[in-house]
Amino acid sequence: MIEVQQLSKSFNGQKVLFDIDHIFEEGKVNLIIGQSGQGKSVLAKCIVGLYEADAGQILFDQRNFTQMDRSERSNIRQEIGMLFQAAALFDSMTVEQNVMFPLQMFTNMTKAEIQVRTDFCLERVNLAGRNKLMPSECSGGMQKRVGIARAIAMNPRYLFCDEPNSGLDPKTSIVIDKLIRDITHEYNITTVVITHDMNSVMEIGDHILFIHQGKKWWEGNRHSIINASNPEIESFVYASSFMKEIRSQLQKKA
Amino acid sequence: MLGVVFARPNRWRFFWKHTLLEIEQIGINSLPIVALMSTFMGAVIALQTASSMESPLLPDYTVGFITQSSTILEFSPTIISLILAGKVGSNVASEIGTMRVTEQIDALEIMGVNSLNFLVLPKITAAFVFFPVLVIFSMALSMLGGWLALLVSDLTTTEIYILGVRSFFNPFHITYALSKTLVFGFLIVSISSFFGYYVKGGSLDVGKASTQAVVSSSVAILIANFILTQLMLLS
Repeated sequence: MIEVQQLSKSFNGQKVLFDIDHIFEEGKVNLIIGQSGQGKSVLAKCIVGLYEADAGQILFDQRNFTQMDRSERSNIRQEIGMLFQAAALFDSMTVEQNVMFPLQMFTNMTKAEIQVRTDFCLERVNLAGRNKLMPSECSGGMQKRVGIARAIAMNPRYLFCDEPNSGLDPKTSIVIDKLIRDITHEYNITTVVITHDMNSVMEIGDHILFIHQGKKWWEGNRHSIINASNPEIESFVYASSFMKEIRSQLQKKA
Repeated sequence: MLGVVFARPNRWRFFWKHTLLEIEQIGINSLPIVALMSTFMGAVIALQTASSMESPLLPDYTVGFITQSSTILEFSPTIISLILAGKVGSNVASEIGTMRVTEQIDALEIMGVNSLNFLVLPKITAAFVFFPVLVIFSMALSMLGGWLALLVSDLTTTEIYILGVRSFFNPFHITYALSKTLVFGFLIVSISSFFGYYVKGGSLDVGKASTQAVVSSSVAILIANFILTQLMLLS
């Protein structure tokens, strides 16, 4: 469980996050949704420590991340896996070396054990046998899956995914979403996904935080968001013609 | 920044592996350009000196002596470092800058890796180890280039040139040249890493950071050269 208390952040005097309070629950896919530029990524980057929050506290299972020094944070970070928007694979390393990297860096596992764990992670994301490919030889979807394999290599307690479906076709997006959901439930991870993709919201949104103008605007789940009466959420959910059409069809039937 | 760079590496095995790769990338791969530059530089110094020797009071071996002293004192350590500031500096800044804009540095940080230490320390170590080798290599080739140029132009004999090269040789000049090289190597890698590491934006900004790294490293080399000469040769 990750608890955010009264979190604020500003850049060059301009406040982008206003006193956010939220709990990201364990064993659930927690979504942070909202329009572009509303502070979703800033919130996630504050939580993992890539940005320093101006005020507030971040608790990883009651451990206060904001008060930790560099080495204590480094220990917590070994429990965090992160999938970046563009996968952020190390382009000088093969697929296998990317997944092996955190294991070689932070564990005392033998070469054979590392190989077994790497093969397991790659198999888990349906990339068995693709060990020797370079990231540049992988498609966007494959890169994302390698990113997930790398993120889960250390058996993380917390998984962060920054727009995991950006740049992917709808079918591949569903594959990635399912993978994130299955891994979360299988290993009881606290997963935080930043997205503005309504398909992902409906597919994996166990617990949803809606951010608007840097403030916590609404929270709920994939069932309650459909009927939320809040105008900002409504305009977000039914922004596409496709969703509008579904709503009108449903209303007609009703 | 430097305090974090010089922290203890997470894994020494990774550190040595990366240092060897950097020696290859910023050291061994620079050998061809250093060889080319040094040979022609030595040749031109020798020819220019020979063409200026009009006074009959100057001994014939002056050409060899001037080639030796100007190569050791200035041309090899400073000019080669300026060349390396262009080649290595832009390479380091663009490599680290690209890692920054593609979030690879964020990925390292999230894993708990000290990214500055992981990326920059092997480069600085490689520069410390291999830049002196490059400069010694450059000195030898420069003097060889001078000899070849004089031989082809029939301006002096091998014996007289070698006599000049060996005349008034001061071993401290080698210490001075290598000390300068170490400082220049550190400046090139640390300044270029700084510009690459703190780049913000996209590929265009990586290009700008790369240019800034080369310009700043070159200016830093010139200033450091002046200060070190004052301190080591005139104090």
